[in-house]
Amino acid sequence: MLKNRIIPCLDVKNGRVVKGINFVELKDAGDPVEQAKIYSDGGADEICFLDITASNENRDTIIDIVRKTAKECFVPLTVGGGVRTIQNITDLLLAGADKVSINTAAVKDVSFVKEASKKFGSQCIVVAIDAKKVSDNKWEVFTHGGRNKTGIDAVEFAKQVETIGAGEILLTSMDRDGTKSGYDVELLKVITDKTNIPVIASGGVGTLDHLYDGIVKGGASAVLAASIFHYGEYKIKEAKEYLNSKNVSVRL
Amino acid sequence: MNVTIVDYQSGNISSVINSFTEVAQGKVNLEVTSDIKKIKSSDKIVLPGQGSFKSCVDSLNSINGLVETLKEFVITNKKPLLGICVGLQMFADIGYEEAETKGLGWISGKVSKIDNQNGKFKLPHIGWNEIEIKKESKIFKDIKNKSHMYFVHSYEFIPEDKSVISATTDYSSKIVCAVERENLLGTQFHPEKSDKKGLKIIDNFIKL
Repeated sequence: MLKNRIIPCLDVKNGRVVKGINFVELKDAGDPVEQAKIYSDGGADEICFLDITASNENRDTIIDIVRKTAKECFVPLTVGGGVRTIQNITDLLLAGADKVSINTAAVKDVSFVKEASKKFGSQCIVVAIDAKKVSDNKWEVFTHGGRNKTGIDAVEFAKQVETIGAGEILLTSMDRDGTKSGYDVELLKVITDKTNIPVIASGGVGTLDHLYDGIVKGGASAVLAASIFHYGEYKIKEAKEYLNSKNVSVRL
Repeated sequence: MNVTIVDYQSGNISSVINSFTEVAQGKVNLEVTSDIKKIKSSDKIVLPGQGSFKSCVDSLNSINGLVETLKEFVITNKKPLLGICVGLQMFADIGYEEAETKGLGWISGKVSKIDNQNGKFKLPHIGWNEIEIKKESKIFKDIKNKSHMYFVHSYEFIPEDKSVISATTDYSSKIVCAVERENLLGTQFHPEKSDKKGLKIIDNFIKL
């Protein structure tokens, strides 16, 4: 049976982890490579890097981080943030990323997703959708961390990217992101029902029950979380054992 | 001992290179190449494959003499070859991804889309799934039955001769996820992304 995945996400800015793990054993709390290794050794099913570096000149640092991480972590590695061109994807994959996640570039021009999946295969193209609730049962796609409204319906957009070759959808609720109040389960449910590709739930995790809700109530194939793991509130293993105790199948 | 990873522009093989490099350290000499001479003189070959069946077969065919060299290596000289993902799928006679495409024909059978039972199962089959070991296999030494391996695929290899199947995994149906016929080995899952157990499989192959 296919297991539900737990994916810790590391926010990286100018080569340093922004929201970092506060583990005492860390030599360098800001080193993304070391943190990725801790997650991987702790049973993370995948590792996700989100590059939030603003300027283009620092983009090479993420490539270097990916290269180093890929030599030490032998679980899938997804990299997102600032992926705008075919060359960006080529560089990340050559450095050792297994998947890239495309956000703004997919919203700006959806044919980019098609081009990317045709060139590299659907298996490595994740489309990240940032959605915000605008009315009852209606969510809209936002970009730039929830600041820019696009007028695009999130459900329709999810269906569209599936048709043109996305392998997975990374769905973040902008209403919930950073609130620790749980995933937007309603949003997840609508999108997992309307699409046939795996959906990764993101945005809002504060407790282990939230992970359970994302999978069981929202229908997500994988759950992504940042702060509950970063700040050492829970270890990956604890999350997995908890889910397992509630009959959610995970890789132990 | 020389182990060669065939680099035929079949998409992203960085992870294959990384994990084999990790395991090969100080044990064997690892080459990543499409050079026919080097392939001929190597002791073992790894045939990765990402993207579609058609794009991989087309890429193999675009390198002059590569398919013949691989065939000689595997069929005539009976030296070990490990196919990974589409690398395994290409052993088949025919594949149906993108367009009907002739495979290498080393193991009779076809590669078709996984039956998702009208949307009941999401495709691609992405993530960690248990393998059920069907027969003793050289690459499964010290690998426990029901171990988790990492999968990413939408198509499955259906061999005619079921005795080649060394492991299956349960997703919609019992999907063939490893084959072994003498020197010819293949995994549908990605040992290079399957953590310590995956590295063990790579180690088993290197030590053959």
